[in-house]
Amino acid sequence: MAVRSEELGNTGTLIYPSRIRLPYTWHVGKVGSRFYQEIRDNRRIFGTKCPKCEWVFVPPRETCPRCYRDMREWVELSDTGTLLTYTVTRYAVPGIQPQKPPFALGIIKLDGATSGLVHLLGEVNLNDISIGMRVKAVFREVRVGNYLDIKYFKPLRA
Amino acid sequence: MEKVGIIGVAQTKYQRYNPASHAELAYEVTCKALEDAGLTIDDIDNTITVCNDFWDGRTISSMAITEATGSHKSPTTNVEGDGTYGALMGLMRLLSGLHEITLVVAQSKISEGIPSVITNAMFDPIYERMLGLDAINSAALQMRSYMSKYGVTEEQCAKISVKNHKNAKANPYAHLSMDITVEDVLKSRVLADPIKLLDTSPISDGACAIIMARERTAKRKHGKPIWIKGVGHCADAYHLGDRDLAEVDALASAAKRAYNMAGIRRPLKQVHVAEVYDAFTYMELMWMEGLGFCDRGKAGAMVDSGLTEMNGALPVNPSGGVLSAHAVQVAGLARVAEAVLQLRGEAGGRQVDGASTALAHGIEGACGQGHCVFILGK
Amino acid sequence: MRRQVGIVGVGQTHHRSKNTDCNGQELISIAVKRALESAELTMADIDAIVVGNMDHFESINYVDMWSVDGSGGYMKPIMKVTTGGTTGSAIGHAGFYHAASGLFETVLVIGWEQNSESDTTAAISTCFDPITEREYSAGAIGPLAAHYTAYMTKYGATEEDAALVSVRDHNNAALYNGYAHLRQTITVEDVMKSAYISYPIKLLDICPRSDGACAVIFASERKAKKITDRPAWILGVGDCHILVHLADGIGLANLPSLEIAAHQAYEMAGITDPFNQIDVAELYIPASTAGVSWMEALGLCGEGGGPRLIRSGVTNMEGKLPINPSGGVLATNPIGATGLLRIGEAALQVMGKAEKKQVEGAKVAVATGFGGCFWSDVTVLSSLPRLD
Repeated sequence: MAVRSEELGNTGTLIYPSRIRLPYTWHVGKVGSRFYQEIRDNRRIFGTKCPKCEWVFVPPRETCPRCYRDMREWVELSDTGTLLTYTVTRYAVPGIQPQKPPFALGIIKLDGATSGLVHLLGEVNLNDISIGMRVKAVFREVRVGNYLDIKYFKPLRA
Repeated sequence: MEKVGIIGVAQTKYQRYNPASHAELAYEVTCKALEDAGLTIDDIDNTITVCNDFWDGRTISSMAITEATGSHKSPTTNVEGDGTYGALMGLMRLLSGLHEITLVVAQSKISEGIPSVITNAMFDPIYERMLGLDAINSAALQMRSYMSKYGVTEEQCAKISVKNHKNAKANPYAHLSMDITVEDVLKSRVLADPIKLLDTSPISDGACAIIMARERTAKRKHGKPIWIKGVGHCADAYHLGDRDLAEVDALASAAKRAYNMAGIRRPLKQVHVAEVYDAFTYMELMWMEGLGFCDRGKAGAMVDSGLTEMNGALPVNPSGGVLSAHAVQVAGLARVAEAVLQLRGEAGGRQVDGASTALAHGIEGACGQGHCVFILGK
Repeated sequence: MRRQVGIVGVGQTHHRSKNTDCNGQELISIAVKRALESAELTMADIDAIVVGNMDHFESINYVDMWSVDGSGGYMKPIMKVTTGGTTGSAIGHAGFYHAASGLFETVLVIGWEQNSESDTTAAISTCFDPITEREYSAGAIGPLAAHYTAYMTKYGATEEDAALVSVRDHNNAALYNGYAHLRQTITVEDVMKSAYISYPIKLLDICPRSDGACAVIFASERKAKKITDRPAWILGVGDCHILVHLADGIGLANLPSLEIAAHQAYEMAGITDPFNQIDVAELYIPASTAGVSWMEALGLCGEGGGPRLIRSGVTNMEGKLPINPSGGVLATNPIGATGLLRIGEAALQVMGKAEKKQVEGAKVAVATGFGGCFWSDVTVLSSLPRLD
């Protein structure tokens, strides 16, 4: 494997460009798997509910982050919700972005959930997004069982 | 809490690219801290390094600076988090009574990596990481949420950029010092609304080291130990959607612990100078609220009043803060070092006159999920 | 007068090569819930948390912040400590210092790793200097192999001596430890016939990579006494990171960091005659060869005395100083947890809670951690608050 070194500007020192390339396969877990399978197979979004504080979390978790209780109750959530906050990313970063910028991200409170879901916003005028906007999930036609099976959330026209 | 004093501090000049290696950078700042304390490496009986495998591009990243920091000579461990957490670990090791003098070293060469890729890795690989979230656009979500909830304006945030970049002119270590106006900030390139270029901190290489000692040794070894009066740390929920991003409960909890230990009941009156982790302009406002300088949602008004300017009642970030120099992992420890210089009266052109109690603050994770607060006194 | 700190609870997952039915958070919470249960505590009783793993194995930055759902860190003080292979023991020591400082009373320490999520050797290779070492590094096994070659040459130790260690640890896991990853009954012949990975280390000489988590609860003296009748008191801690570059360690036949760390811990604990004062040991032996060559660093035998110690059978379960009743690292290796498991298993021994693995009458235990560049941590635990 070729090893490169470069002289850097006027510093009189060398740099050595390289990269860490490591493969990963993350375990989604039973709860996460069911969440994704419902989205993939049935276009249904689920959360889990804490028996103590009654918060409904999405993505669903096994343990309530607030109370540390086991959450076994699955709650089906609406695919519509309210936008809590948003931003439009206007810079490019190699390898990590799902779309070419500019693209919009938001935190959506799905009807029925207590926690917000961070996701992309689409079919939207990037200069006309507002907090409190009602939005609806758009699912991909071909779904594989991951976060981007929801393509984005689009404004819900009255 | 038994008295522990900071008897040595050092920082390197923060800059976009430092051609030194990690080891050279760590060695430089270690030697400087020892010199400042009037000690040699043999006086140090335990070392805390602050290294992060992602930022350093190396698994067991502390290996890169082991010899340079002398950690091969004494009991040592590595905290992976902001430098304030490293200082906390060092403090705990002293309070245990098992060690006398602790060296804490943090170094950073962000120039080696792609920051957004590294901060993208903070997000859950199973869920949100796929959205291309990084430190900047997640902060934008928080800034929008905070502004919306409390009516804080982009102008008020911009004032922080103006203040801190101007303060940095008196700080020989600062990376970015400049005279700018609110209008300059508002017109700067939008990265992720509402965050603009001049709302963000730079990418800096640099290092910081502090030396702490138990009371008896601190007094014997050094003329002017600066005492640690209180410390607290706390973390909020992880998923951004689990949090109210406009609120600062975790910081308030950390601050409460630190204030209780230090006997501080009225922070605005009893803290004379504060160095807080302003990775973005809006964060300085939020952290002012979490630290109890004002009520929730009132930091904008406090900034408008000029209270946190150099000539105000409670100067915040006389050093120029993180907005002027952001060496990740280092920046919180640098806040501690700056606070020490203030209390020693050695802060030169950025000195806050008569300061006898200072606050130093660091953050951890996305949108300031974790916080660590130190109260220092003479 | 130094503050006393004791371990009051230990929990761990059933370690496996692939824990595919839980993600990292869920893995952590299994161990945490078991530890809380063992101490009859709830998350509300925990004052502070320390988490550790090796970043590049799961590719999660700021793991302490990420862990909050599984670690119970919501609105609690939490930090991360990581030192490579010694992470597990380093976090154990960090937990000890949290309580010994007087700042926190009940501290939860969590070590974990989902090794199956990544390519372990590739990830470990990134620990070597990118400019001078990384291109040719051979992961963790190469250096260990070279080390034993030097020991064999210097002291006449053999591959069969190492095989005895492998047989001891694997069989202990099979017979006594329901949580262990590898539970196989083997013979010296099995070991000698197994394929070479890196001479002289063979397949049955080396540790596996496992998915697993361990949680240990430390408490101040006052709290510990309220929580349990028999805490495992921490009498001594030592850590040493003396080497930095691969080449500095390869030719050595001994392990200087272990000797130095042991000296620190023994001095603090008042141990002057390790072989007679220690009742049981949980040692971080990543390859059976280390189980021969590192014994003298712990003062369990004289220089070059490793083979004789192992051949005597004194370190077997029925011997005077059982080593690794749990099966040790050769049976279970979720790296961020491995060092903590040694502390946890040693604690269970002196608490009298080691069940099938229990060494009768064990009052004093030693636990070690190994990793990084030939780095070591040592912990001395006892059912007595002082060794008198």
